[in-house]
Amino acid sequence: MSASDTRRIETPVRKRPSRLSILIRQRPEIVIAPIGLVLFIIGWEWSVVWLKVPTYILPTPSQIGTALMKGLNAGWDDRGGYWLHTRVTLSQILLGFVAGSGAGLILGTVISQFRLLEATLRIYLVAIQSLPKIALAPIIVLWFGFGLTSKVVIIALLTFFPLLVTSLAGFRAVDRERLELMRALGAGPWTVFWKVRVPSALPYIFAGLEMASVFSIVGAVVGEFVGAQLGLGTLILSMTAQMDMSGTFSVFIILSVIGIGMHSILKAVQRRVLFWTDAEATAEPPPEG
Amino acid sequence: MPAIGRIKDTMEAPPIIRIDHVDKIFTTVAQEKIQALSDISLSIADGEFVTIVGPSGCGKSTLLKILAGLQRATSGVVELDGTPVSAPRRDIGIVFQNPVLFPWRTILENVLLPAEVQGRPMAAARARARELLAMVGLADFEKKYPMELSGGMQQRAAITRALVNDPRILLMDEPFGALDAMTREQMNLELQRIWGESRKTVVLITHSIPEAVFLADRVIVLSARPGRIARIIKVDIPRPRSMAVLSDPAFARVCGEIRKLLYGVEDEAGAAGGGLS
Ligand SMILES: Nc1ncnc2c1ncn2[C@@H]1O[C@H](COP(=O)(O)OP(=O)(O)OP(=O)(O)O)[C@@H](O)[C@H]1O
Ligand SMILES: [Mg+2]
Repeated sequence: MSASDTRRIETPVRKRPSRLSILIRQRPEIVIAPIGLVLFIIGWEWSVVWLKVPTYILPTPSQIGTALMKGLNAGWDDRGGYWLHTRVTLSQILLGFVAGSGAGLILGTVISQFRLLEATLRIYLVAIQSLPKIALAPIIVLWFGFGLTSKVVIIALLTFFPLLVTSLAGFRAVDRERLELMRALGAGPWTVFWKVRVPSALPYIFAGLEMASVFSIVGAVVGEFVGAQLGLGTLILSMTAQMDMSGTFSVFIILSVIGIGMHSILKAVQRRVLFWTDAEATAEPPPEG
Repeated sequence: MPAIGRIKDTMEAPPIIRIDHVDKIFTTVAQEKIQALSDISLSIADGEFVTIVGPSGCGKSTLLKILAGLQRATSGVVELDGTPVSAPRRDIGIVFQNPVLFPWRTILENVLLPAEVQGRPMAAARARARELLAMVGLADFEKKYPMELSGGMQQRAAITRALVNDPRILLMDEPFGALDAMTREQMNLELQRIWGESRKTVVLITHSIPEAVFLADRVIVLSARPGRIARIIKVDIPRPRSMAVLSDPAFARVCGEIRKLLYGVEDEAGAAGGGLS
């Protein structure tokens, strides 16, 4: 047997079913979910038409689709189109997410390395964590203005705590026997940190990032509701004011795409970094429906 | 009397391990005091193979961790090579009761961990690791992750990890508990061979009386908690020992003696019966 042969999982040389059909058999949801979506959209369309629901209450999917196409067909910098606003909102989300979750991760990591510091701060952290930080959005807009900064600050504030809390929990949850092994080997604190603590904390950190990604979108939209000139949130406000429900829903689709995009990127990174958690069943959220 | 393995008289050579009046008292979360070890005194000669048996919870693992420098004795002294143990030492290899492999490392990477942590030359360590993995029957699994191995295979990988730096002293806490009878016998023979060739000092904890007797120069029998030394039994069966000694009357006699100490009854049939588990 050659070296490359031994890597492969040995399967009997029968007529093998195609990879697609194996995938479908193992995970039928990847077929059922899109079919369900199509049926849902068709049902929505028909019932709105049959029940004669006025467009300003609930538009049909086709009207939403038309509004979406119209918005996307506008120019790159057109205030009436979607691209400019999407760009503004997306950059706020990414900046705020990176700043907030990065700061939370770093602070959580540092605090968790010092027992006394952690014990002292924990009660405050828990208290702060349960505050509805989104309620501070008006004040932050007042402080930082209608521009990009206030949104980034709001998002950073919202994403900071999930990472702080999960990284604290992750570094605390390191298996005692693993630490004992490292101690027996005479490993220094730095070696223990990189070789044991960080890998052990990663599942928790990824759970935190997942939460933070959701919060970052909420933060951007709310921030723009409170006060902004550009962004998808402002677009929703003005469209709703004009009873343009199809437009509002089409913006909602863009926000969903951003959310799904962030989720998929995180999942892809997680699958690479945390390949070993499959068997340990850590931090894997229940499958979405 | 026949020769006692390699060690004629443990008092002749200076001991590599000296345990002197060691007590260990744990304070539980509820502030109760649990005495795990009571007045343990024991000297182990360089190159000696010592096994420890005793009822569950009598402090065997605790004693091993004190030897490894992972826990401190509440009172008493533990010396290695004449110096008191205060912290873990690099010339000790330890196998814990659980394999404790890192799930994010392949088997080979796990086995290489001690070499990596202690900054040994990696090329040589890798060659040694492969050799040891082949010896314990894991040659084809070096690129696999721990979760892809059975419990017994994981434990064999952990044994390999303890050996990779070629430690002078090998401390093993029920290393073969997760293995089936046949693999266990093979591993016993293999361990005896490694020990015979490398002149390591081995302290091995086991629940199996035949295994304790088969491997040992001396068997330390501990009493129930608080663990104290009930008796130290020399095993005068010549080495290298093969599985044939399991049916040796001398072997059965020693097993019976230990069984009597532990359970208060002598079970001749059980003592003479095959298997090590
Ligand atoms: N960290 C600890 N805190 C409190 N009590 C402990 C601690 N570690 C061990 N003990 C107690 O000390 C006693 C001895 O434990 P130890 O693990 O050494 O037993 P053992 O002989 O290895 O048992 P087994 O054969 O089941 O592995 C037990 O009663 C246990 O409850
Ligand atoms: Mg034990």
